[in-house]
Amino acid sequence: MEKLVNIFLFGKKYEVPENLTIMTAMEYAGYQLVRGCGCRNGFCGACATIYRIKGDKELHACLACQTKVEDNMYIATLPFFPLVKEVYDIEKIPVNETVMMQLYPEIYACIGCNACTKSCTQELNVMQYIAYAQRGEFEKCAEESFDCVMCGVCSSRCPAGISHPQVAMLARRINGKYLAPGCGHLEDRVKEIKNGDFNELIEALMQKPIEEMKELYNTREIEK
Amino acid sequence: MYSEKFQQSIAAVEAAREKNIALEPERMTAKQKEDLLAEFHPDYKQNEFSVLKAGPNKGEKVPHELAEMLQAHSRITKDCVDLSNPDYETDVLIIGGGGAGSSAAIEAHEAGADVMIVTKLRIGDANTMMAEGGIQAADKPNDSPAIHFVDAFGGGHFAAKKELLRKLVCDAPEAIQWLSNLGVEFDKDAEGTMVTTHGGGTSRKRMHAAKDYSGAEIMRTLRDEVLNRGIPVVDFTAAIELILDKDGKAAGAVLMNMETKELLVAKAKTVIIATGGAGRMHYQGFPTSNHYGATADGLVLGYRVGAKLLYAETLQYHPTGVAHPEQIFGALVTEKVRSLGAKLVNVNGEVFMHPLETRDVAAASIIRECSARGNGVETGNGLGVWLDTPMIEKIGGEGTIEKRIPAMMRMFEKYGIDIRKEPILVYPTLHYQNGGLDITEDGMTTNVENLFVAGEAVGGIHGRNRLMGNSLLDIIVFGRSAGIHAAAKAKDTTVGELTLDHIDAFEAELEAVGIKTDAVSPKLLPDYTRKN
Repeated sequence: MEKLVNIFLFGKKYEVPENLTIMTAMEYAGYQLVRGCGCRNGFCGACATIYRIKGDKELHACLACQTKVEDNMYIATLPFFPLVKEVYDIEKIPVNETVMMQLYPEIYACIGCNACTKSCTQELNVMQYIAYAQRGEFEKCAEESFDCVMCGVCSSRCPAGISHPQVAMLARRINGKYLAPGCGHLEDRVKEIKNGDFNELIEALMQKPIEEMKELYNTREIEK
Repeated sequence: MYSEKFQQSIAAVEAAREKNIALEPERMTAKQKEDLLAEFHPDYKQNEFSVLKAGPNKGEKVPHELAEMLQAHSRITKDCVDLSNPDYETDVLIIGGGGAGSSAAIEAHEAGADVMIVTKLRIGDANTMMAEGGIQAADKPNDSPAIHFVDAFGGGHFAAKKELLRKLVCDAPEAIQWLSNLGVEFDKDAEGTMVTTHGGGTSRKRMHAAKDYSGAEIMRTLRDEVLNRGIPVVDFTAAIELILDKDGKAAGAVLMNMETKELLVAKAKTVIIATGGAGRMHYQGFPTSNHYGATADGLVLGYRVGAKLLYAETLQYHPTGVAHPEQIFGALVTEKVRSLGAKLVNVNGEVFMHPLETRDVAAASIIRECSARGNGVETGNGLGVWLDTPMIEKIGGEGTIEKRIPAMMRMFEKYGIDIRKEPILVYPTLHYQNGGLDITEDGMTTNVENLFVAGEAVGGIHGRNRLMGNSLLDIIVFGRSAGIHAAAKAKDTTVGELTLDHIDAFEAELEAVGIKTDAVSPKLLPDYTRKN
């Protein structure tokens, strides 16, 4: 017999098997999820959830699909959080800290409370990446924030009203487009294709009978 | 940390590790692969398929669960909505907010069309977001689109539509460049050279990645760009029926608010189906690596208005789904783990195959090891084999796992398993819908005018099996292309009077062939609530 634990979904008590995640426990309890459920694998950030264990003052944040239930867990899902997403033209933005001053000036009001970092469901150093963004160190901001799933829990805890995931998104795009080194072999290949350099070769392959293609495939050289 | 019952087998894996790292397992011959697939691949289990009795693919077989949805009733009758008074009017209507839909939206918008996305969950709730391993493109000097073509054509059992595959491989480098220019962060070295690896069945190292968040990095960037362009995204709203005009051209869709169930009408000059895959149909009872909404909706929508399916009977079972712990049962363990050097090992610590065979062969080989050969590890929740992840650190140096596959490390860490030190248990999981709607090179269905398809809902690009990294590629290449062509087609389209007459026509056909069912479709979401 599987062991049962008591959990409280939005304050209401349910008995569920202890081996379930918060998400599967909700379904076990009878919820047919529409909101608050996306990839179910920890990549999409749809299932941000906050909880407290009875008798413990600390508030925890997690992804419901990646977290096991515990006895006496008080659970509230956060399927949507009103992050501020500023729009911009990626072709026209300044590639220095002035872009942050223009689009997300509130990051300079960070009071250093570190609530964002403490609440991150991905255990990222959120306050640190905001500090990098403030200084226009986009490469570092991009690296530090890379695993962000944009669940928004950090922003829900921020007294300065910062939308951390959107700040990081901007930094990563700037880094990917402008700061990362260009790729010569990619540019060359695109030119060669546009020039039609491979047309004849591919056309010849398309005309080959299946038996010849099989032979070609089965005997092809494989790079070590 | 694994419990006691696994320790004996783990000890065998550890004892053999050095020897297994040095071992270069032979690749199977064509004949060996054929025999293996016929006996052990789920696609070859005849009793798991039904023959369709109605619709454009009548007489062909598809999985039981898909047959039920394709031959189900509509969720509405034609009188449920007022077609003369649409709630939305646009040039290009895109159904689905994943990588294909978003790429299509950006290109259609770039071409000057009015475009709108409807999606039953949120933009970005899609298999794209979950693709970990990477995206193929033949952009290295020792590689070429022709070599890429041969790899993919052979890997797909010589069944791909050649003109679609040509487009896939030839447009691949430009797709990478397009993504780079949007700000996607690919793994590069200090000189800008792409860090590329092998995938199963590739003959050149052409797998580009963004750590093991490749799809997430692409998806969040595309989403950001869609929002920057102000493209309307109507979320939590499913398309439940296509609308045609009197001439039989696709001209919109009936939409349903997923929360309030309100019905709405969207009128459009062209429609793009970008609804993705079908893992949540759980064919043959398999777990899935797919996102919550992967229920083959687009195939159903298209089929009911007469669009043909191609290869709908072929599914991809990713060889390495999580077999343990049970909380993440079926979740994807990226193929990149094997690209980086981890090998598949049985209960006795023996390597039983080359780790980089194509996915269908690898999946069948694992199933054989666990069934006929009796060399599986009992997990308490079924069987599995070891994927010896500590090999990666021994080959690539300490820190390789954290640098190259952080998501995998995090996923197992939550359950107390350190993949740098301990191997992990895997078993095939339902991963990808190889088949889908049949399209021409410009992305339009072969027999319904103005109905375009992109992404996993398309059939024929890959043939009967798909190589790792060719799906992220196809959603970008065919997503962009569908957006461009749908926008162009919208310019010369005049929409006639809207109609839902196809619903009655399909009902009449079901009745004529004697199908009696209570099922309605599309499915929209799986039902995981507990049944007492």
